[in-house]
Amino acid sequence: MTELLKLLENDPRLTPEMLSLMLEKEVGDIRDMIRRYEQDGVILGYKTLIDWEKLGSEHVSALIELKITPQRDRGYDHVAQKIYNYTEVESLYLMSGSFDLAVMIEGKTMREVALFVAEKLATIEDVTSTATHFVLRRYKDKGLIFGAMPVDERGNIV
Amino acid sequence: MTPSENTGYTLDYEKILSGTIQSIKPSGIRKFFDLLNNMSDVTALTVGEPDFVTPWHIRQAGIESLEKGKTYYTSNAGLVSLREEIAAYLNRRFDLTYDPVKEVVVTVGGSEAIDLTMRALIEPGDEVIIPQPSFVCYGPICEMAHGVPVYIPTKEENHFKLTADELKAAITPKTKLVVLPFPGNPTGAIMTREDLEPIAEVLRGTNILVLSDEIYGELTYGRTHVSPASLPGMWERTIVASGFSKTYAMTGWRMGYLTAPAPIAKQLLKIHQYAIMCAPTTSQFAAIEALKNGDADIEMMRSEYNRRRRYLVNGLHALGINCFNPEGSFYVFPNISKFGMTSEAFCEKLLYDYKLALVPGTAFGDCGEGFVRISYAYSVEHISQALDRLEMFIKNRNL
Repeated sequence: MTELLKLLENDPRLTPEMLSLMLEKEVGDIRDMIRRYEQDGVILGYKTLIDWEKLGSEHVSALIELKITPQRDRGYDHVAQKIYNYTEVESLYLMSGSFDLAVMIEGKTMREVALFVAEKLATIEDVTSTATHFVLRRYKDKGLIFGAMPVDERGNIV
Repeated sequence: MTPSENTGYTLDYEKILSGTIQSIKPSGIRKFFDLLNNMSDVTALTVGEPDFVTPWHIRQAGIESLEKGKTYYTSNAGLVSLREEIAAYLNRRFDLTYDPVKEVVVTVGGSEAIDLTMRALIEPGDEVIIPQPSFVCYGPICEMAHGVPVYIPTKEENHFKLTADELKAAITPKTKLVVLPFPGNPTGAIMTREDLEPIAEVLRGTNILVLSDEIYGELTYGRTHVSPASLPGMWERTIVASGFSKTYAMTGWRMGYLTAPAPIAKQLLKIHQYAIMCAPTTSQFAAIEALKNGDADIEMMRSEYNRRRRYLVNGLHALGINCFNPEGSFYVFPNISKFGMTSEAFCEKLLYDYKLALVPGTAFGDCGEGFVRISYAYSVEHISQALDRLEMFIKNRNL
């Protein structure tokens, strides 16, 4: 049921009770569906988007472009697995275009990220080159805009 | 004007100002809203406008028109290209055919279209039939045009639809116009083709005209809105008033329009020409973009409203509050008579004791007694909070 998934994608806080009212299905059925999606890996997990900068905490993220020489028989998957197992790696994509893998890294300081690239990524045997781009400012992520929260200024009742 | 308002001035305004205007009551909703304004931490489900911001591509079109210096008046009836888009839209969505040049007038919101219609049609003493509970403006505008509003209280058991018998009973030789405010504010009632056919049958062969207020025409859930003008024998007697406010979340742009047979439109246009000149140019350019590329926005907003509607209606049912299933607009109109309070007392109690603001049904006509209007132009989280407060109120009553 894609509507259920879309609702949860947008707001995982919706309870099975609320979803049941919205989708006009039994609460038990909603629970079953969610459980099945979770088991099947359709729902991978639930995350909260936090603006850490608002709390003044140091937070650095970077996009690393990697060029890879894929090994015969193993393609990109083998090297991808080596990379995504690092907890520092926030996301990893195989890309079309001038480089092969895009790695999003989260770290506490620029130095920490730079060291991670130099020591962990650049040293992987299939990696032929890296280019690190630090994120200077996040404007929007997962469809959410960073900054002041909108205030309801609607004043007219009719 | 109350005597206290007229003290401290050297002129006796009460004697000078139009008696007609002074006799018109200010909107009942306003009073409630002023009350609400002086409180903090209130969960309000009161407003009658979308919580969405106008889609960016539409805003962009308005901005672009300003950047290009398009700050002139347009022709009185509006940009021809906009009128062409309106005519094309009404044709593809509601099977209505209008000549964009002679039968479409772009107005300052749907409200102006209502005002123009009443002013162009009404001779002093003419009667205007207005089903209630309904939007607050019809009666006062009719009175300002020296007409006489004849209210029909629609019934909950009929899902607040207008019936042919009710209409027949209200018609007199003085009847000039019938207002059909569907999909309805505050009830969420709609009129299907089957509901409209008997109404049309009553009107065919008479000189009575129809003002069909279709401002919520895109907000129906489960079936497409049917315009009364699309029924046989109805086009020639119907003025359709509509606009962009609810459909595209464009309330502040003040963009509306009316369509009517050329001889009617020609007269309405004269009032618009002298009183308004033309609708705001920036808004007209934005409106063209809305009609050209806004179908997906309508769809997105409609399905979001629909989810909230189901959540709210089913949530009210779960609390044991009776509420007929509204099929249009973004309001529900539950029956609160079982709590043994007037609508106003009920709303005041909720506001003062539970910080929950709803609008008393009586704001939309006396027959709204026993009901409240709840708007779902709010986030699900907000609606959920409101339901919690309502639940608390019910629990405390049962203690």
